[in-house]
Order: sequence, then structure tokens, then C-alpha cells
Amino acid sequence: MDFTRRDTLALTAGAVALTVLPFRVNAAGEDAIAAFTGGADVAEGGVDLEAPEIAENGNTVPISVSAEGASAIMVLAMGNPTPGVATFNFGELAGSQFASTRIRLAGTQDVVAIAKMADGSFAKATKNVKVTIGGCGG
Amino acid sequence: MAEGVKPRVKAPRSAEAGEVVTIKTLISHRMESGQRKNKDGSVIPRSIINRFTCEFNGTSIIDVKMEPAISTNPYFEFEATIPEAGDMKFTWYDDDGSIYEETKTVQVG
Repeated sequence: MDFTRRDTLALTAGAVALTVLPFRVNAAGEDAIAAFTGGADVAEGGVDLEAPEIAENGNTVPISVSAEGASAIMVLAMGNPTPGVATFNFGELAGSQFASTRIRLAGTQDVVAIAKMADGSFAKATKNVKVTIGGCGG
Repeated sequence: MAEGVKPRVKAPRSAEAGEVVTIKTLISHRMESGQRKNKDGSVIPRSIINRFTCEFNGTSIIDVKMEPAISTNPYFEFEATIPEAGDMKFTWYDDDGSIYEETKTVQVG
């Protein structure tokens, strides 16, 4: 098959769009993180994020988060149309900095938990969840 | 979506003073995400519970900000310290302004 000038241009444009697209999806998630941390550095570790490796149904994926000494934990689904999932603010009488819930995932993606520690630092944990059936409807 | 919303809470009836107990809550709600479309192709407007709080005698245990990515019939499990006998109050805040409440009394001793 011979490539004409037109074909080459179209292919290049397609390739560029493909490489740019993932960044655009992630941008909303990055913005949400920045809004939560105020641009502060986020350390890896110090947060436990439990999620299944493979979720058959993206409509209800059980997750749990815990981080000792955290005042708040934010959970994000980086591949969802809106990345925010929930923010847990622990009060004075919280027995531990642990919470469990069920979330929706649009497809295979990274789930991120960011904990705001009592001393003002931030910690992060990421887990990839493979989703067989997406949970956002059509 | 104010009809058919029923909160369910599982909390112990009694505890030792200072004991840490596990609380489980479930509330029936469609949690319409605002992403789905109906048969005509128009978007079904978002209608979710956007906040859940749990207090013991007025002191906060947990305060959760919820977004559309929380599943239908939101479920939460968390732990609370029981310092004394009293009332545990659970509150859910709907997008449409409705507030759903549930109270559980915990005895000490």
C-alpha cells in the first residue's frame, strides 16, 4: 500500500490525538488532587487502599481506605468522567481512620487515595482495578 | 427522589466506655449520576446524596463528601469510639434538599 501525503497527515494526526488523549483524561484528576493538597508534595505510602484486582461489575466495586493519623482521605477514580469519588473527614470520635464503601468505575483504571495527615503532610496510594463491565451506563 | 428512601444502620446497642465499635450504614437511593441517558438520548439529571455525617452526642465521628461515583444504595462502614452512653445520629443530605435522619441509642456498661 502506498502512502499518499494525505494518508500520512491523517495518520500523524491520529497518532498525536492518541498520545494527547490520556493526558486530557488525567488532567481533571490532577486538578482534583491539587485542589485537595493545595499543591503540596504527596508522599507514596502511608495509606492503605484495598480494592479488588478485577471487578466484574463496575457499578459496585467495594473499596476500603485507611491511614493512621489522617484527618481526611480523598478517593479518586482517575478514569471516570468525573474523577471525584468521596472525601472522608474523620471527626474526634472516629475509632480509626478507616472507611469502606462501594463505588462506580467507568472502566479499567487507577483508583487513588490521598490522605491528609494531622500534621499537614499528604500521602498517597494507587491501585489498578480491571473492570469487565463499566459502571456509567450508556 | 424523596420517596422510597430508607436508611438502615447497624450499630451495637451497648458498648464499654471508650470501646471502638464498627458501624455499618446503608441507604436506599438511586444515586443518578448525571452521566446516563434515557431512550430519547437526553441526559437524566444528576440526583444523588452528596453528604453523609455521623455524630455521637453532637461530636463528629465521620463526615463524608459524596460524588456521583458512589454506587446505588450508598453503603458505608467505619469505626467509632463510644466515650459514654448517648445517641448516635446519622444524617444524609440529598441533592434536592431532603435530609434523611436516623438515630441509634448506645448504652454503656
